[in-house]
Formats: sequence, structure tokens, C-alpha cells
Amino acid sequence: MLEKARAERLWPRPPLWASALGAAAIALLIAYPFIFTTSFSHHLMILILLYALMAQSWNVVAGLSGQISLGQAIFFGIGAYSSTVLFAKYGITPWAGLMVGMLLSALAAVAIGVPTLRLRGHYFAIATLLIGSGVQIVFQRWDWVGAASGLYVPIERTSPLFYLQFHTSKVPYYYLVLGAVAIGYLVVWKLRRSRLGFRLQALRDEPDAAASLGIAIARHKVLAFMISAAMMSVAGTFYAQYVLVLDPERLFSAEISIIVLLMTVLGGSGTLWGPALGAAILVPLSEYSRIWFGGTGRTIDLILYGILILLVCMWRPSGILSLLEERIRRRAEMP
Amino acid sequence: MSRDLILQAVISGLLMGLIYALVAVGLTLIFGLMEIVNFAHGEFLMLAMFTAFWFWALGGLDPMLSLPLVAILLAVAGILAHFGIIRRLLKAPMLAQVCGTFGLGVALRAGAQFLWTPDFRTITNPFIAGRVQIGPIFIGQPQLISGGICLLSFAALWWFVTRTETGLGLQATAQDRQAAAVIGIPTERMFALGWAIGLGCVGIAGTMLSTFYYIFSDVGTNFALLAFVAVALGGFGSILGSLLAGLLIGLVESLGGLLLDPSYKTLIVFGLYLTVVIFRPHGLFGRF
Repeated sequence: MLEKARAERLWPRPPLWASALGAAAIALLIAYPFIFTTSFSHHLMILILLYALMAQSWNVVAGLSGQISLGQAIFFGIGAYSSTVLFAKYGITPWAGLMVGMLLSALAAVAIGVPTLRLRGHYFAIATLLIGSGVQIVFQRWDWVGAASGLYVPIERTSPLFYLQFHTSKVPYYYLVLGAVAIGYLVVWKLRRSRLGFRLQALRDEPDAAASLGIAIARHKVLAFMISAAMMSVAGTFYAQYVLVLDPERLFSAEISIIVLLMTVLGGSGTLWGPALGAAILVPLSEYSRIWFGGTGRTIDLILYGILILLVCMWRPSGILSLLEERIRRRAEMP
Repeated sequence: MSRDLILQAVISGLLMGLIYALVAVGLTLIFGLMEIVNFAHGEFLMLAMFTAFWFWALGGLDPMLSLPLVAILLAVAGILAHFGIIRRLLKAPMLAQVCGTFGLGVALRAGAQFLWTPDFRTITNPFIAGRVQIGPIFIGQPQLISGGICLLSFAALWWFVTRTETGLGLQATAQDRQAAAVIGIPTERMFALGWAIGLGCVGIAGTMLSTFYYIFSDVGTNFALLAFVAVALGGFGSILGSLLAGLLIGLVESLGGLLLDPSYKTLIVFGLYLTVVIFRPHGLFGRF
């Protein structure tokens, strides 16, 4: 009860218009595939949702517990490889692979986190960057999982839902990803209001004070890292089932680790909706620049990403969402 | 495995290590001064290599001649980066500092790829080429001269930091920013100087590297990772530490590649980093 009351005071009930806006957004998300019927618009939204999930996963470890992980791609790759290896080699449904991937990712997070999460700030960031690069090298040399040429997800047309493959339409896939994102955001929403969430934010803002209050810093950080890894792994499995090709060069690339960071910081790290906002801005930017500029677009989007994030860090380190919030608050306070 | 082969690996590893060290010393200097890790460091190295390349390709200027030009250009870039970007990031939280420099790096790398395509380039007929034989060992002449120039740069840097008044001011700023400001050291100018020297070193390393290494937009990534390792091994902020750590990394990489599989040599170095930061978080050699 006390816990709940405290939560209510820290996070007051949203105003009516915000709830209405939220309801409208949910309705729009559900109706989206029927409003925008082209395959490209489905593809775009699926990517936005996947990246929103990935960015949220980074947000849990960095935004909530304050540890800058530069190796999130490790868990993305583990998720993709777990489901694909189990399916391609043993015929096990990707749904089971999804679970296995989450478990393996959480274990990997423990293995990486226990020694490195004790490190302060930059040392942890650099350690994850190096481990991420190292894991990529290992997967590129590992013959059992296809080494550098990667793996293909075998095509299976009999039972789409069971095999998590949809070859005629992207719509079912869209709803599955939407569901995964909804669950992920719900978990984080709950987490932020839970005892664990408060502790994480306390040790992010005041590590020494939190420690003196008896919060086991290392254990909490590892826990946050595990949750984050499991979320990233889900996105990895869904991504693998979407593109049906596993390329270690791409799956474990530092680019993925960096993009989820850029999205979250752009939107607002530590907030619930910041990662989604960042994904909703950067994914279309990337996809449309690819269309407008053709083959070289791939780098134009990265140039824009880089400059955008640099500007945000220089002028608004708390992200775009805080800009909107501030404006709304100011308007609300006006007599 | 013959003794000559090992000796050969040791020498070439040490020579490469000198380049790693010169890249790392810029990183460590900047960190020591203002506690900012420059995640765009590798991209500045890439820019230095391309600058040397274009001097050669368009102006017909050999890297040995453009060396001072590239170093000065990079130093100017460092000053611009400091006043244009870093000064604002200093007051921001650590997350913004990491992401800001990372963003700069992403933009520079993508910009280079956009302008000059991801193709690999080489400088084909530099003044220094071929190899020299010392006893049973063959050493590439570019590598040998690069190593020598890196060592000279280190000596100059060491002399500057420990023997000149400005250098002492630099050290004082690194030790205690506020106390330095109180006794009249222009800390803001020291920061800019740190960036100028740091990227100037990268300019020298990049130019020398361009005489025997492929030049492409992603070239900085791996060097930056190794520089991070070197800085962590040597202790953030330590000049001598980064020299020793760079040499150690070059040695480990080259011997690891010889004794084990060459494709795993980077992994060995990364393992070295993890071992050191976990067991000796302040590096092997401490601060200067």
C-alpha cells in the first residue's frame, strides 16, 4: 500500500487529454495496417516497432541503471541465432527459440555483467564495446553456426503462426511485433514503478548514497542488464524471422549497439517513451534517405544520425521528449 | 618455430605498437585533462590518413613531406572540435559526453564513406618503401621510419609536458582544474591545447600509417579500440603508460598472431583489457 501511494505521488495520474492521446495512439497502432496498406508502410512500421523495443532494452540498462552499454548487439545476435539454430538444425519452433534466446542472453548478461558492471563509467562502456566486437569475431569464425556466411532460416509454409513465418502478408507479423513491443513497454512501465526500479534510479543518480542505504549495487545492476539483454534477444529473434537471413557482420555490428543508443538519447534516455520517439524519428529518416538518395543513402542516414545526436547532446542532453514535456508543463502552469 | 621468426614478430609488433601508442597518447591526454573519452578518436585517425592520401594523390606531396601539414591540420581540427563541440559537452552528464563524441564519430565515418566511397586506397610509391635486412630479420622501411618518428614524437611530447612552463600548466590542469585556475593558468586554453596536441599526435600517426596501411573510411575503428585498450592499460591520463601499453599491445598482438591463429589476435588484446580493468582498474602503470 505504502509503496503504491509513494508511486502515485512520484508519478501523478496523467491528465485526461494525455490519456485520450494515448488511447488514440493505441487505436492508430492497431488500425495502422488497414489505413496504410502498402507493403512499404508495413515494413516501415515493423522496423520502427522493432527498434523501439531494442532502444527500450538499452534504456533499461543505461537510462535506468546508468551503465552505458555499447555491446547490446551481442544479445540481438544471440536472440537471432538461438531461434534460427534450433529451427534450422533441430526443427524446433522459433517460439521455443525465443525463450531459449532470452535465457541465453540473460546468462550472457550475467557472464559479462558480473565482472564488468563493477567498473565505473567509461571502463564499462569500453569493456562492452570490446566484448561486442569480440563476440562478433567469434561468430564470424564459428563453423557450426555458418561462420562468416551466416545462416538461413529454412522456409516453411505450412503453419505460419507456429513457424513464425509469414510469406504472403506482413500484417500478422506486424501484430506480433506490436504485441512484443507492448509487453516490453509494459514490463518497463511496471519496472520503473517497482521497488527494483526505484533502487536502480537511486543507484544511477547517487551511487554512494544508494550503497549507504544498503542497496546491493552490483546485484541490481546485473539484474537490470539481464532484463535488458532478454528484451534485446526477443527483438533479435523477431528480426531473424522477419529477414530470414542471419549475417554475423550485421547482427553483431557495433552499428546496432550504437543506433539503439542514438535513438534512446535522441528521444530521452531514462524516460518510458523516449526510445519509441527516437525510433519513430530515426527509422523513417534512414528508410526515406535510402529511397531518395539510392545506394549512397546508407551513409547519409548515418551522417544525419551522428549530427542529430551530437546536437541533442550539446543542447538538450535530456532528449527531445523533455523538450515537449517542458512546453506542455509551461502551458499547463499558465493561468 | 624458429628463433628468427619470433624475433621478427617481436620487432614488427613493437614497431606497430609505437603507432598504437601515439594514437593512444592523444586519447589519454584529453581524458587526463577533462575526463572526456573521445569516442571519435579513430575517425580523426581516419581523417589524418585521408588527408595524407589526398595531399599525395592531388598535390603529389609525399607523406614524409606532408607530415607537418597533416599534423597541423589535425591540431587545428582539435581546437575547432574543442571550441565548437567539447566545451559544451563538458558540463553535460557523462551519457551526453559519450553519445556526443560517438555521434561525431559516426557522422565523420559516414561522411568519409559518402564522399570517398568505402573503397580501400593505398599510397603506391612513397619515398620510403621496401625493406631492410638486419641479420636474419626483415623490416619494412615504412614501419621502421614510422616507429622512429613515433618515438621522436613521444620524446618531444615528454619534453614539452615536463620541461616547459606551458606543459607544466597542462599537468597542473589535469591534476586539479580549479586549483590551476586559481593560480592563473588559463584552463580553457589548456583544454584546447590538449585537443591540439592529442589530435596532432593522431595526425602524425595517421600520416605514417598511410605509407604502409590501407586507407578506408572504417580504418579508425580497430585502431580506436586498440587505443582504448592502451589507455586503460597505461592508466587514463598517463603519457608514459600509454607508450608502454601501446608497445605491449603490439607485442601481444604480433606474438599471439604467430603462436595462435592470426584471426584471434584482436581477441587476445581484448582479453588483456578485461583482465587488467578487472584486476588493476587504474592500469598497469598509474598516472603521470
